Parts: sequence; structure tokens; C-alpha cells
Amino acid sequence: MASPQKPTLAVWKFASCDGCQLSLLDCEDELLAVAGAIDIANFPEASRAVAKGPYDVSLVEGSITTPHDEERIHAIRRTSKTLITIGACATAGGIQALRNFKDVKDFIPMVYAKPDYIEALNKSTPIKDHVFVDFELRGCPINKYHLVEVLGAFLNGRKPNIPNYGVCVECKRRGTVCVMVASGIPCMGPITQAGCGALCPAYSRGCFGCFGPKDTPNTPALSASWSRLGVSESDLVRAYRTFNSYSEPFRKESEAHEQ
Amino acid sequence: MNSKTIKVDVLARVEGEGALFVKIKDQHVADVKLRIFEPPRFFEALLRGRRCGEAPDITARICGICPVAYQMSACNAIEDAFEVRVEGPLRDLRRLLYCGEWIESHALHIYMLHAPDFLGYEDAIRMAQFYPDIVKRGLRLKKIGNEIMRLLGGREIHPINVKVGGFYKVPTKQELSALTEELKWAIPAALETVQWVASFSFPSFEREYEFVALTHPTEYPLHEGRLASNKGLDIAVREYEQYFAEDHVEHSHALHSALKTGGTYFVGPMARYALNFDRLSPVAREAARSAGLGRVCLNPFQSIIVRAVELVYACDESLRLINGYEMPDKPCIEVEPRSSIGYGCTEAPRGILYHRYRLDDHGIILDAKIVPPTSQNQKAIEEDLFQFVESNIDMPKDKLQWQCEQAIRNYDPCISCATHSLKVHLERI
Repeated sequence: MASPQKPTLAVWKFASCDGCQLSLLDCEDELLAVAGAIDIANFPEASRAVAKGPYDVSLVEGSITTPHDEERIHAIRRTSKTLITIGACATAGGIQALRNFKDVKDFIPMVYAKPDYIEALNKSTPIKDHVFVDFELRGCPINKYHLVEVLGAFLNGRKPNIPNYGVCVECKRRGTVCVMVASGIPCMGPITQAGCGALCPAYSRGCFGCFGPKDTPNTPALSASWSRLGVSESDLVRAYRTFNSYSEPFRKESEAHEQ
Repeated sequence: MNSKTIKVDVLARVEGEGALFVKIKDQHVADVKLRIFEPPRFFEALLRGRRCGEAPDITARICGICPVAYQMSACNAIEDAFEVRVEGPLRDLRRLLYCGEWIESHALHIYMLHAPDFLGYEDAIRMAQFYPDIVKRGLRLKKIGNEIMRLLGGREIHPINVKVGGFYKVPTKQELSALTEELKWAIPAALETVQWVASFSFPSFEREYEFVALTHPTEYPLHEGRLASNKGLDIAVREYEQYFAEDHVEHSHALHSALKTGGTYFVGPMARYALNFDRLSPVAREAARSAGLGRVCLNPFQSIIVRAVELVYACDESLRLINGYEMPDKPCIEVEPRSSIGYGCTEAPRGILYHRYRLDDHGIILDAKIVPPTSQNQKAIEEDLFQFVESNIDMPKDKLQWQCEQAIRNYDPCISCATHSLKVHLERI
């Protein structure tokens, strides 16, 4: 299958749940077509065959949490023409970045009680903190159609058509009545990047920020609206601290409400 | 002195990062290590101080392959703490959502991850060049599982509609009926899957396992029941920690589980099947019989047949649940937080998944414990490898290495799940 004409794809994993790379296998209707257009050269979750790099496109899932991974990501960057991060872990440190808010003095003895057994960095950090990233695909998990779009764009040398506006736009387009205005349900939609199709409001639930901050989010205004709905300061902190807690806008806003 | 080493640096076609190390010395196995070096993510620590209502969404992120299992075990445990029972159509919807995950996960493992071993391909995409219709059948089955999850859960990976007490929104009968046509196709397709995988040739290998699974008086276990084994264990879920212990070994970032009394045990499809054969639907039982499978299967390489029988069951059960569905008045029942401890255990596609939460008066999590299926199977996997290599010591190294990998894939191990929790261990020091 390794024909020299086809561009090569590699998939790499760091600290993560595997869900974003599973999205590629979840493209049931597109998978065989994708596999026909590109040479899947290194994708351990799907194949035991490994072709050597360099690779045209590398998809990177997961965040950097160990000294070994800190080294490994540089080797991957060197062997990749284009490096695309997939998901909230790779793009913002993921849910495991909640450790970044712990007091390091409490955390170190917890981690290093048996240093021979395990090494872990104090912080879970996104890939872009370590190497240059060509494109960041957001979401916890990513939208699989975005993945197909991004692969298609890079393989054809064009810009990916991925939204950077807020979830509110998707609600309007979908015809979902605003859950915050009509039902008083706290919703992160106004500051969260679109991409999920505004799922939660369509299920009578407030958005909880899986896709991270949108372009220029007005987080203080959202916090003020939530406070008017009776949301406590500690619940505001929790809301900003989920899967994208270490993205700058969410981190700063959460710190503003921490007592 | 004659020694050789089998080393697989990156285990392929498993979820997560693992490696295998087998050392052979003087025609005997000297050491077997299933190394799990997936970075620990400290979930139990992260859960402290969170609202219990957040647990289903946070713990789902332990595993992108079986998020529903985490959501169900978390809800069960928290509802147990608040002494609430979810019954009737809401219970049926949860069971249906779980069937969706079983269908998706089992079809993925059978067709994409495991079958290529038996047919000598490195992956399903290469296999598809020679068996295009079969791979397409697998993808379509997988897609049906995903469609159930998408309709009920909003999306297939990390569904957004599961809530302590029920759901955020429930579908109408008509919305659910949209799944019927594909499921009617899926049942015969799953039956063909059983026949297909039963035709593979299997290494001759059997072990006397202690199988541990949930059991339920009337249904094949998915989301509740008592914990039982074929060697006499029969306990309530809340007694789990009295009977099972976790141990931290140097070569793995996942804690090893063992029965305090008997040591190694085995969870997953073969365990469920052995303990609950009579609760399978007639069509699933018949599929097992026609594939030549007895009431108990002791060859782990044949787990692919058992998984296919469960695929039949999950499709059949989904159709039954949809046909019997009446939309409830409310999407969830109210829960009232109180200071307590709750226990939950459900059957993830790979086996039992245990959650325990201690909560305060406001429903804030004080501490949590999560034991996923793969960490429970680690010892069984290592023992299988030990015995398998010992009895195939003269096999050429390449073939032996591939069959060792296959022996690990028998368990459909999810290494992301297994490595989630080092904090518990570190606290015990």
C-alpha cells in the first residue's frame, strides 16, 4: 500500500483518552476513501505496520505531561512536514491540566513518593508550548468532519474551513431557542468556539465549553450574566476549569473568581 | 546458555500506549511484562472538589472508546449515594445507549483491531483490499452503534445528554423509531459476523480462569447487577473493595487488580458469557450454538466469537428496547444531595468498571475511586502470555511475537482507561 505518490499520514498520542484519533476510525463512510487518498504510514491504534518518516502530515493527540514526552514531541516535529494537533488535550492541556492549578508544594510529594516508578511533570501543557504547530483542531472530542476537512485542506494546499466564531451562531443557525435567555440555564455558548453543532442547547442543556474559547471571548461579561442567574463564584471557577482550563482566556477568568 | 527476548515497543491495535517484554532463557519463559507507559492523568485527584453532577462528563474523558461506560458507572454510584433509582423508560434508554456503545466498540474490535490478526493482515485497511464487503459490513455495524449514541447522547464520543437521575432530554418514540430499519439489517449482519469469526483458525490454548462479571436475575448484564464469579463469588457492588485489591507494580502505570482470596481474575465478554449464558436472547444463544461455542469458552483467542455473540445480543436488545419505548413525562428524576458514599459498577465493553464516590451535603466529591476493566485484566494477560510462550517455545520468533500481540488483543485492552489513577496508590504510601 506504500505507494510513493500518496502523501503519508502519521498519528501520535500523548496524554489523552484516544477519542480524537478514534474519530478517524469513526468516519465509517469516509474511512476507506481517506485510506485510498493517503498512505496511513504510522497509526498504531489501527495498524501494526509502521513506515519510517518523514511524514507529510502528523496528527498529534494528547498533552505533554512527562519528561520523556517533552523530548518525543521534538522528534515528531522534526519528522513531520505539517503538524496538526487534534483535540483539547493537545491544544489546551486537556482535563489533566487541572493539575496545573494545584499548589506545587502539595503536588510534588504526591507524585515523587516513589520516583523510581513514575515521572510526571508538574504541568500538563499543550503541544504549541513545545514545538511549532501548523494547525490546531479544537474540541473534546474533535468533530470528525472537521478532521476530514483539515486533512483535505492540507493535502491540497489550501486553508482549512473551520469556524472560529461562537456556539451562539450555531444555535441561531440550528433554530435552537437560547437556553440562557429563555430558560435561565447557564451556558458557555457565547464565549465557546463553534464546532460541535451547538449540541448541548439542542438537548436543553447549557454549553460546557468542550471546544474552548472562541476568538476574542468576552469572559467577564459572561461571568456577570451567570452571576445574575445565581451561579456562585466557586461554580464559575469550576465552569472555566474543565477540558480547556489551561487556555489563556478560561484560565484568567477562572483565576479572577478564585478566592 | 540460550536466551531470546521478544520485545514489542508499541503495541498496535489497542487503545492507548503499551509495550510487551518477554524473556526466554534455556527454553523457558523467564519473565513477562506487559508495560503500560501511558502517562498517568490523576483523575481521582481531579475529581476532588467537583460537583457530583460533573462526574459523568469528567470521567467520560478517561476513555474515548467507552465514555458511556464511565457515564453509567458514575451515575449509578452517585444515584446509589442519594438512594435514587432510575426505572422505567429512563432505565431502558440508558440500556439502549449502552447497547450503542457495545455495538460500536465490539464492531471496532472484531473488524478493525482483531480479525486482521487471524487473517494475517497488519490492519483492516489492508484487509479491506481483499475482503471489501466484509470490512464494509463491519463499518456499517459500527456506524449503527454510533448512531444510537448520537441520537440518544448527542454525539458518539463523550455524549452530552447523560445526567445523574436520567437525561437532559429524551427522544420521542418517533425519533427513536428512525433506528429500527438499520437495526433490522444489523441483526442478520451480526449473525453473519459470528459465522465469519467462528471460521477462523484458533491456537489451541485454554486456561482455568476465574471469571468475574455482573449478574442479573432477568437480563444480560450491562448497567447493573451483583458481582459474581464462576468460583463462588457473589457480592453486592458496594462490597467490591472488601474482595478486590489494587497493587502498583514498577513496570506499569496502571494498577494491577487481584482478588484478595484467589489472585488473578478475568473480566469482559468471556466472563459475562460464562456467567450469564441463559440471559442472552434466544437469537444470540442460537448464534453461539451454531458457532460451536459451549456455555463457557476457555480459549481467550476465541473471545472474538463471544464478542460477536454479544454484538448480536446488543443489536437484538436495542430493537426490543426501541419497540417497547414510551416517552416518559420527564427526562430525569430529581436528586437531593446528602453526605454519603455511593458505589456503582457496570459492564463496559471490556468488562466491569467500578466507581466509588464520597460526597458531602452539597454533592461535592470528597474522594473517588475508579477501577477500569483493563487494569483488572493485566495479570490475566501476563499469565496467558507466560503459558502461551512456554508451550510454543520453538515457534519462529516473528510468528511468536505476532501471536503474543494477538494474545494481548484478545482482551481488547484499553490502556488509556487502565492508566488513570496513580494518585490512589501514591496516597497509600
